[in-house]
Amino acid sequence: MQYTQVTDAQVSEMLETIGAESIEELFSPIPDKLRTKGDLNIPKGVSELELLRDTESLAGRNHATGELISFLGGGAYDHFIPTVVDAMSGQSELLTAYTPYQAEASQGVLQLFYEFQTMICELTGMDVANASLYEGASAAAEATLMAINITRRKRVVIAETAHPDTVSVLRTYLAQQDVELATVQVGEDGCIDSQSLSAKLNGETAAVIVQSPNFFGCIERIDRLIPMIHEHGALAIVSTDPIASGLLKPPGTFDADIVVGEGQALGIPLQYGGPYLGLLAAKEKYLRKMPGRVVGMTNDLDGRRGFCLALQTREQHIKRERATSNICTNQGLLAMRASIYLATMGKQGIAAVATQCFDKSHYAATSIAELDGYELAFDAPFFKEFTVRTTKSVDKLLSVCRDSGILGGVALSRFAMGLDDCFMVAVTEKRSKQEIDALVEMLGAI
Amino acid sequence: MTTTTTKREVGQTPPKQVAPPGRKPELKTKASYSTTGDHPLLFELGAPGLCGSGLPVSDVPNADRTTNLPVEMLATSLPALPEVGELDVVRHYKRLAHRCFSIDENFYPLGSCTMKYNPRINERVAFIPGLANLHPYQSDSDTQGMLELLYRLRCDLQEISGLPEVTLQPAAGAHGEMTALMIITAYHRSRGEHRTKVLAPDSAHGTNPASCAICGHKAVTVKSKPDGRVDLDDLRAKVDQDTAAFMITNPNTTGIFDEQIAEIAEIVHAKGAQLYLDGANMNAILGITRPGDFGVDCMHFNTHKTFSTPHGGGGPGAGPVGVAEHLRPFLPVPQVIENGNGSFAWCDDREKSIGKVRSFFGQVGVLVRAYAYIRSLGCDGLKDVSQKAVLNANYLAAKLKERFNLPFPGPYAHEFILIPDFAGDGVSENDVAKRLIDYGIHPPTMSWPIHHCLMIEPTETESKRTLDNFVDVMNKIADEVAENPSIVKNAPHTMPVRRLDEVAASRKPNVRWKA
Ligand SMILES: Cc1ncc(COP(=O)(O)O)c(C=O)c1O
Repeated sequence: MQYTQVTDAQVSEMLETIGAESIEELFSPIPDKLRTKGDLNIPKGVSELELLRDTESLAGRNHATGELISFLGGGAYDHFIPTVVDAMSGQSELLTAYTPYQAEASQGVLQLFYEFQTMICELTGMDVANASLYEGASAAAEATLMAINITRRKRVVIAETAHPDTVSVLRTYLAQQDVELATVQVGEDGCIDSQSLSAKLNGETAAVIVQSPNFFGCIERIDRLIPMIHEHGALAIVSTDPIASGLLKPPGTFDADIVVGEGQALGIPLQYGGPYLGLLAAKEKYLRKMPGRVVGMTNDLDGRRGFCLALQTREQHIKRERATSNICTNQGLLAMRASIYLATMGKQGIAAVATQCFDKSHYAATSIAELDGYELAFDAPFFKEFTVRTTKSVDKLLSVCRDSGILGGVALSRFAMGLDDCFMVAVTEKRSKQEIDALVEMLGAI
Repeated sequence: MTTTTTKREVGQTPPKQVAPPGRKPELKTKASYSTTGDHPLLFELGAPGLCGSGLPVSDVPNADRTTNLPVEMLATSLPALPEVGELDVVRHYKRLAHRCFSIDENFYPLGSCTMKYNPRINERVAFIPGLANLHPYQSDSDTQGMLELLYRLRCDLQEISGLPEVTLQPAAGAHGEMTALMIITAYHRSRGEHRTKVLAPDSAHGTNPASCAICGHKAVTVKSKPDGRVDLDDLRAKVDQDTAAFMITNPNTTGIFDEQIAEIAEIVHAKGAQLYLDGANMNAILGITRPGDFGVDCMHFNTHKTFSTPHGGGGPGAGPVGVAEHLRPFLPVPQVIENGNGSFAWCDDREKSIGKVRSFFGQVGVLVRAYAYIRSLGCDGLKDVSQKAVLNANYLAAKLKERFNLPFPGPYAHEFILIPDFAGDGVSENDVAKRLIDYGIHPPTMSWPIHHCLMIEPTETESKRTLDNFVDVMNKIADEVAENPSIVKNAPHTMPVRRLDEVAASRKPNVRWKA
């Protein structure tokens, strides 16, 4: 396939206008000795039909959720996506628009992102939100850099109950900076051990990053942790699941300073891990320290309401090395999906999703815990995912489930955290009682 | 910011243009955008109790909230999300879609951004259930097809860059820059060196110095010569034993391939520094020359520019990074590999790796589209892309040169800089940009890399007819400036809003709706 549309006759005409003999001549600034001789070692182009054959055959060698019943979570969840989300986000006027630097010609996406920011504020309980970051883990790292910038302190604490990728990404980012990173271990109950957190806090601490619901599914007592963090003048960064606020008070209620999160649960397909949606919301007073684009409401010359990018002086294209972040391209299309999802589900829908996640995961947890050889690994309350400890081989039982078409959970052995006898089970609103019963039966039979 | 004279009707129908015989239609305004008044926010639609989607009735017993959750954490009220029926949701987003410029409707010569056609087939491929519905923690045996796809893409990018290894993990161009600088820092540290400076030309994109800052480096600017090339004397004066890298964009942001590149590489390498290529402009050199062959140690790709993945109103992108042999040990993990027996896997085994730069594996859905694009075009089509991109840019430049100031001499690569010299009439580059909107053309990139300029990148997918129309429109605007500059100064006249008060938006920010 070629998507160019200039004929040979037109090429000649154009070259004549340019005053060149050949297209080759236009490349004369590239010294001959640097030129690629011959073709790249890439197969020749194919037609649309051949491309479909190729990609469908690749896809055919995968076994995806949908074909398999999924209880996998660990930061990416199989939630229901209303048809409207695909239909509306697939509109090519939205899909193929660029960043709305030209506000008058971009009122559609600008309004959309303004609405997105508003809904993220609602879900996090915060004053202000940006128009997206890459994904959950780098959003946590960006929030940390923001906190370092605000407090001018050089020490950061992260609880190891956060997603292991969040911990590793943060470690990668901070390795570049003259910043100390301290970690707090997982307590007996699957949550942060407040004693050991307390021991890690001091007057040099810029921020503490807490994830709730945490990686193991447990709900952290942020109502108690945040005051502890604030006592030392550090900022509390809470990473959250936006769906949880259909049931739980959002982090803003407990005086979190910055809230980040992975927004995949909001109408974004699993796509093998990305593109997802980095969320970042904060207290109003930190608005000018936030990374990423922000859309504001304003007026036009006739006093009509309109929208434009606001506070661009924080950003790289203006401030260069003094910008609050290097981010330019963000996750606009995914923010759009999340907006359309939230508009469609609405206030009632999000409560229904959260409640069903809660009820179904508790039904599953209770049933599994009644089986011989299985128990809940942690006592702490949970929302939609929980961790199971077993006397059996985790690998074996997951592979038996898989052979019957069930993705039974995520083995914690893959994270080398000393919990090799455990696996995590996520139960979204999409799972039926029949599917849960099938999983339980399977586990019982092993 | 107020104006007294202009009413919306001014310029709503630009004066009829005399079309050259038998060729072109008259210039059209974007009448379909002239919906006046604002469109209600989601929060102003609907009514309490409405919901656009329902779930099946739960088939499990309710779990007791008060025994299973700490009462302090239980929500006492729900987030104030919209309450709107499905039809109104659909109409809302339909109307918002009508208020956007997009590649599918408009010529979009946005320099440096490579706004080319995004083939429909790539969207279809990305949504094939066997690709779109994979969970990142599924086993390698359940994801062999995806792993092979990613592995092939990795190899294709290695071939295009002439560099031996590529990571697909970074999330966008800027993220790729940051990843690359981390790799470079790790490399220097492994040799016991703590280099603190990173150089970049004054024409560099803002993300270059911003990425330096994230990596704790000091950003140092190297001057460009009047012809847009790097000032080698200034480079020689600034590159030293403390320099970690020189970041170059080539072809550069003035649209010129800097033929001094081999010499630049020598100067940089002589001081033990690394040469980094910002690959945003790869669209001009696919199959023509390879960064690895012109001395680059490390580079990023922008899949959302060069490989045509859609921009989605701001993202997502992907920023794969390629490195030379000596930097391979420091690449992020995991890496997709071929096991040697025709099966594929993720490999975490890289002792000196910088670690992970994002969760899971990368922007896979974007990478799938890039794969589809590269497969469709193949080696022949990719080369054709660059040839036609360069042809289109030089053609447009040749036509515009008759009336406008092109400060840098050609031949150009895929884009060029134009300065609308209307200061005498009080008309700025911004006014010209806004007037283009009335003619249904998205304005070029403005005021970068030099003041008062427009940076024009037509891309290879535009027809000659579209290019000719653009020239006519630019000439028309020049006529308007001469005859009635206020029509230009007050543009656009055909959008749902007129110029917006961006100063107020930042001074008194309103970034969320409150009832
Ligand atoms: C020259 C150049 N470098 C870097 C970038 C940054 O890439 P991204 O927006 O994907 O982060 C851009 C694009 O915006 C660019 O034009």
